[in-house]
Parts: sequence; C-alpha cells; structure tokens
Amino acid sequence: MTNKIKIQNLNVYFGETHAIKDVSLDVLQNRVTAIIGPSGCGKSTLLRSINRMHDMVASARVTGSILLDSTDIYDRSSNPVLIRRRVGMVFQKPNPFPAMSIYDNVIAGYKLSGRLVRADADEIVESSLKRVALWDEVKDRLKANAMELSGGQQQRLCIARTIAVKPDVILMDEPASALDPLSTLKIEELIEELKDKYTIVIVTHNMQQAARVSDITAFFYLGELIEAGDTRTIFTNPEKKQTEDYITGRFG
Amino acid sequence: MNGMVARSIKNAGMMILMGVATLLVLTPLILIFFHIVKEGAGAINLDFFTQIPNPPGESGGGMANGLVGSAILLFMASLFGIPTGIFGALYLSEYEGNRLANIIRFSADVLSGVPSIITGLVAYTLIVVPMHGFSALAGAVALGLIIIPIVLRTTEEQLKMVPGTLREASLALGVSFWRTTLQVTLRSALKGIVTGILLSIARVAGETAPLLFTTLGNQFWGRKLTEPMAALPLQIFNFAISPYADWHRLAWAGALVLVVIMFGLSLVARLFGRQKPMA
Repeated sequence: MTNKIKIQNLNVYFGETHAIKDVSLDVLQNRVTAIIGPSGCGKSTLLRSINRMHDMVASARVTGSILLDSTDIYDRSSNPVLIRRRVGMVFQKPNPFPAMSIYDNVIAGYKLSGRLVRADADEIVESSLKRVALWDEVKDRLKANAMELSGGQQQRLCIARTIAVKPDVILMDEPASALDPLSTLKIEELIEELKDKYTIVIVTHNMQQAARVSDITAFFYLGELIEAGDTRTIFTNPEKKQTEDYITGRFG
Repeated sequence: MNGMVARSIKNAGMMILMGVATLLVLTPLILIFFHIVKEGAGAINLDFFTQIPNPPGESGGGMANGLVGSAILLFMASLFGIPTGIFGALYLSEYEGNRLANIIRFSADVLSGVPSIITGLVAYTLIVVPMHGFSALAGAVALGLIIIPIVLRTTEEQLKMVPGTLREASLALGVSFWRTTLQVTLRSALKGIVTGILLSIARVAGETAPLLFTTLGNQFWGRKLTEPMAALPLQIFNFAISPYADWHRLAWAGALVLVVIMFGLSLVARLFGRQKPMA
C-alpha cells in the first residue's frame, strides 16, 4: 500500500498554545483516514495543516514536515496555492459562493484563479456533479442560485467544487455535522465511492461515522496522537486505555 | 386594575414625547427645504443650467460653470479618495491586529474628525503654495482627503461582515490570497461599499470651506485644472453675500439644485443598499 501523505514530527502552535504535539502519521493512498477525538483535541488543526490553511493565521507556527508524495509541503520552495489545488478541503458547514449559480460554483476554482478554459467548463461541471450524484437533481437548473439547494445538496455541491480542480487528496472537516440523517447517509456513501480515486482524510466527532466510512482511524487527545491503525482494530481491540475509554463513551 | 391604568398613562405620555422629538428633528429639515424651494424655484430655468453668471446689474445668467466645476472636482476627488480608502480598508481587514493597521485606523478616525476648513488649509499648504496659485487640483485634493476616511471606515465595516468561511472556500480551491481578497471578499461586500461611496460623495458635494482657499471659484469657465475653477457651493456662498438681488436669486436656485443633488445621491445609495448581495 502506498503512502500518500507522511506527517513527521508535526507541531502546531498558536501563539503560546501548543495545539499539535509531535505528531507522526501515515495516510495511505485511496483509503479513508478518520481522525477522531474529543472537542479541542486538535483534529481540525491537524487537518488544516495538511493544506496549509494555517498560513492565513498570523499567530500560527508549524514545525516538522508533511510529505505529499515525498515532497515537503512546508518546504520553503512549496507554493501553498499549488498545494491546495492538490489537497482540497470540504468544510463543516456547506459554504457555496452565495451569489454564484450552481454551474459557476462547480467551476469556481478555475474561474476565481483566472485559469478557466471556456470550452472545458461544461464537461467539468457535468462530470463533477455526476461524481457527487447531484447531476440528476440539478441538471435542469444549473443557472439557479446555489443557495436554493438544500443543505445536503449544498454540501455535495461543495464536494463537486473541490473535485473539479482535480486534487489527489480531499480533506473533510466534519462534513456531515450540519446535515440531517438522510443527507449524512448520502455524504457517507459518496465518501465510500470517492476513495477509489482520491485519498480522503475526514475529521469527525461521530464515532459511528468513523467506524462506517473509514479504513484507518487515528485517535487524538489533547493535541497528541494516542493511537492509529486499522479502523476495525481501533474500535474492537484498541491498544491504549485512553482510546478504549473514549470509544466506549467513558469520556469525551 | 390600577396598575394597568397607570401603565397606559405612562405609555401614552411616552408616545407623545417621542412624537414631539420626531417632530423636532423633522421641522428644521422641512423648514429648510420649503424655504429653499420657495426662494429658489423661481430662478430655475434653462439658463441656470446652460449660462455662466452675468455681471452684476444684468439680470439672468446661470451657474453652469459651477455645476460643471463641481462635477469635475468631485470626479477628481473620487479618483484619488475612493481607491485610497478602499485599499486602506483592505489592508485593515486582511492584516487585522497588525501595528501599522492600528495606526492607519487611528489616523483615519482623526482625519474624519478634522474640520473641513483645516483640510482646505492642508491642501493650500501642500499644493497652492508650491504651485503659486489657486487651482481645481488643490480643491480636489482637499475633498479627496475628506472622502478617504469615510470610504475607508465604511468599506472596512462591510469587509468585516463577509464570512470567513467564504474566503476559506476560495483559498482551499487553490485560489491565491490576492485573488480571493479581490474576487471573493471585496465582491461580497461591494453593495455596501458602493453605498458608502455614494454617501461620501453626497457629503463632500456640499463642502464649501475646503474650497475657499484652494479652488477659489471662478466667474467664468475654468479651462485648466491648474487654474481656479467655479464650484456650486462656492458660488452659492459668494453670491449669497453679494449685494445684488439677481445674484441672491441665483444663490437660492443653486442651493435648491445642490440639495436636490445630495438628496438624490442619498436616495440612490439607500435604494442600492437594499438590493440583494452581489457575490
């Protein structure tokens, strides 16, 4: 199995706060890796360091390295803009661009960075929307405003927007936590389908969800990686006491 | 039951007080407006918009040079004041908490509190003195200095209201920081920013003090930006304090036109502000 991402001795600081403590973790290609742990344990912080979203926070400082296909994304020569085109991100709350149509939202990554080739647009929109199983629901109203869609549809649109720019990795930050159970189910099915082409890292506070969708689970507590391994093993026979306590609902 | 009656009386009393307060606010506005219309409407005719003022003693004439002069001054002031204000605001919102940002914000607050006649003095010192003459340019700079802090603060407020999740959505798609700022953040806030710009123009359209010793005013068509130029508020001021009845009538007409322009700008700004967001 190939390593897509190799996180090595990663530390993230926000001013004086030490949010991620010396974390090393391998993310396998075409697998879903779930990051679980109680609130404030650094799940999202870790996720956001994989596409350098912390660059936007003045007080954030990152040490260690994250290798993406063996190139360090924190190397001085790495361009965060190019990295984010390879490592896409889906957020907790669906955040389509509110004044854009469904169509324009899908190609927003190309349009906003000024590299849209008009002739390719239709094809990109159709294939991306088909990929997230939204095409049949919206094909007759592609020019309608994206905000007219339901929450679940908006989130699938955001996933379509992310895969439209052809990333290798998709980071998902609690992508279903703002959605109803039925929409959640659809997102989970989608994650299952996407992993044949993409490497997925998903943060979730919902342990059942982690158990359902992921191949690998990593348990975090207070900024430290306590345990990582095969999802079934983590949920049935964890090595560490802390992991077992969290999974069995004794804390968190 | 007694408590109920007491409360009703209290309620009625407060309602009356509020009604009186509203009336007090509206009365001066209505009085000014009616007075200006009464005095000015008679002198408004085609000549007012097409002719320059006649020499004292000759009746008729208009304020075409003042209207055009004001338009030129406002255009030039906007050209320099609006981009400066917007870029300043972008800096403030994108580099929140940075020391330079705090200095800029504080300076803008001070600048917006400076009496406009002082702003005129600054333009006088910076431009009129070195160039050895009054000029439209100096007046435009003075007006621009008044526009900057208004545009800067309203733009900053609007930019702050753009949700961070939208910027993140754009950045996560591999869109560069500056493209995100210009195409997502600025565009989302555009409606509010345009409202702020229109209000700032309405505000300086009536400014007279900063033009007194910069643009100076001109009885004729100003031909160069480096020469004195007529401006509507200046013309109103000069004609109102003159001893000629014909000029008084022109001043009233000018005042009416100025009030209508400012009212129109404010109205457009409000209507525009009510539309749906743009980005």
